[in-house]
Amino acid sequence: MTNVPADLRYTKSHEWVRVLGDTATIGITDHAQHELTDVVYVELPAAGRQLKAGESCAVVESVKTASDIYSPLTGEVLEVNQAVVANPALVNSDPYADGWFLKLRVANAAELQTLLQADQYAAQIG
Amino acid sequence: MQPKLRRTHLFAAHQRLGARLIEFGGWEMPVQYSSILEEHLAVRNAAGLFDISHMGEVLVTGPGAERFLNQTLTNDVRKLVVGLGQYTLLCNEAGGVMDDLYAYCLAESEYLLIINASRIQADVAWLRERLAAFPERARATLQDASDSFGAVAVQGPRVRGFIDCCFPGAATGGTPVAKASELRKNQLAHLGFGGDTILVACTGYTGEDGFEVVARDDVIVAVWERLLEVGATHGLKPCGLGARDTLRTEVCYPLYGHELDENTTPLEAGLGFFVAFDKGEFTGHAALAEQKASGVAKRCVAFKMTGRSAPPRTHYTIWSSGASPVRLGTVTSGTQSPSLRIGIGLGYVSPEFARPDTPVAIEIRGQHAPAVIVPKPIYRKPV
Repeated sequence: MTNVPADLRYTKSHEWVRVLGDTATIGITDHAQHELTDVVYVELPAAGRQLKAGESCAVVESVKTASDIYSPLTGEVLEVNQAVVANPALVNSDPYADGWFLKLRVANAAELQTLLQADQYAAQIG
Repeated sequence: MQPKLRRTHLFAAHQRLGARLIEFGGWEMPVQYSSILEEHLAVRNAAGLFDISHMGEVLVTGPGAERFLNQTLTNDVRKLVVGLGQYTLLCNEAGGVMDDLYAYCLAESEYLLIINASRIQADVAWLRERLAAFPERARATLQDASDSFGAVAVQGPRVRGFIDCCFPGAATGGTPVAKASELRKNQLAHLGFGGDTILVACTGYTGEDGFEVVARDDVIVAVWERLLEVGATHGLKPCGLGARDTLRTEVCYPLYGHELDENTTPLEAGLGFFVAFDKGEFTGHAALAEQKASGVAKRCVAFKMTGRSAPPRTHYTIWSSGASPVRLGTVTSGTQSPSLRIGIGLGYVSPEFARPDTPVAIEIRGQHAPAVIVPKPIYRKPV
């Protein structure tokens, strides 16, 4: 039974977003980590990088495949999670908390409306 | 329209265990049950069970069988006493590898070949062609029994401790052991199992101690269930093709279609030990002898990443390291090593760059990630 926390927003490409003020924390969903299986490598953008919504911003590699991660929002990267770079297995064990990827400053609040609600994302993954 | 994928007789068992299934060589097979890393480590530390029923079985019998096989395969079949097997290669006339396989002597004038699933059709066609050209062909019979047999591999340091409980009793054929756990590397025995006969061989593809069991299709499910049942208390886990690949890559065993193909010779692959040049004529002998004398154009090497990087993968380019990189070759197998926690792989480079300790770079998503050529095997069991 895949976990889809109600307080987060989601994208079709399986990223989740937690918004606090104008800061958005981003990671990949429980469904995504389950599909990828054992994550062995995570590559994150540099702090300070300007991302556009939909732009490829990170890479996750499992034993069998590599996956691009797309920024759900436009904004500047404030911080990236070094813990997940050092210990990629966190993506599998704790995708919504310790397995977070990056924080960015939301440049355009209107974009938040384009994100999926938990029930919409849950419906999409079936 | 996509032809339907084939399923082994253990398919229902895989579904019950919640296996994630993938396509492999035309078969629908489990890639993992829980996690590739977990299954890999189970084999290294305890025990793992693999369905290898998709592999092929060819029986070669008759008074001319030994000579036919010795003139067709690269290794010396005359070394096979009853109950012994050997790793060997089937080559074409140019010395290119048609398949790597195991040949077992089951009884006087009775041989069993275990061949790769993806090569069953090609191997059987080539073997029939060679048999048609064999002067004593009336004295040898070849039978493709792949659709009649299933097989499983049970591998890991704890296996020898429970194999007798699974398959009790003394050998009824093959190596005359009093119990299965007495089989030494490459030995095989016929054992009774619930009124049927199974073949138990001390062989494997993981670098661990263990056995491979061949049984008729209608017996293999009971064999699998018995191993799971008894092995559970010893930490046995079902393991899929994902772990099978990481395990064999760590010990540098080749995989047909990656390190071996029809355009690669056993010498280039580093398997010259399994080519018995002195035994007399065999398919590919002349071409291989010529290559042995003049030298190979490419060499299979093992490498290890020297820093944190994404895993190296098949088809990635191998470059020289330093200021002006030169293209050296290609990765044929690569993965993150679950045992060593670093990227590892196999690939082909020109012989000048094949020496261990040679620094190289693997091109991963446009970046040259540093690596080094290492001796084989990459992973060795800690003493």
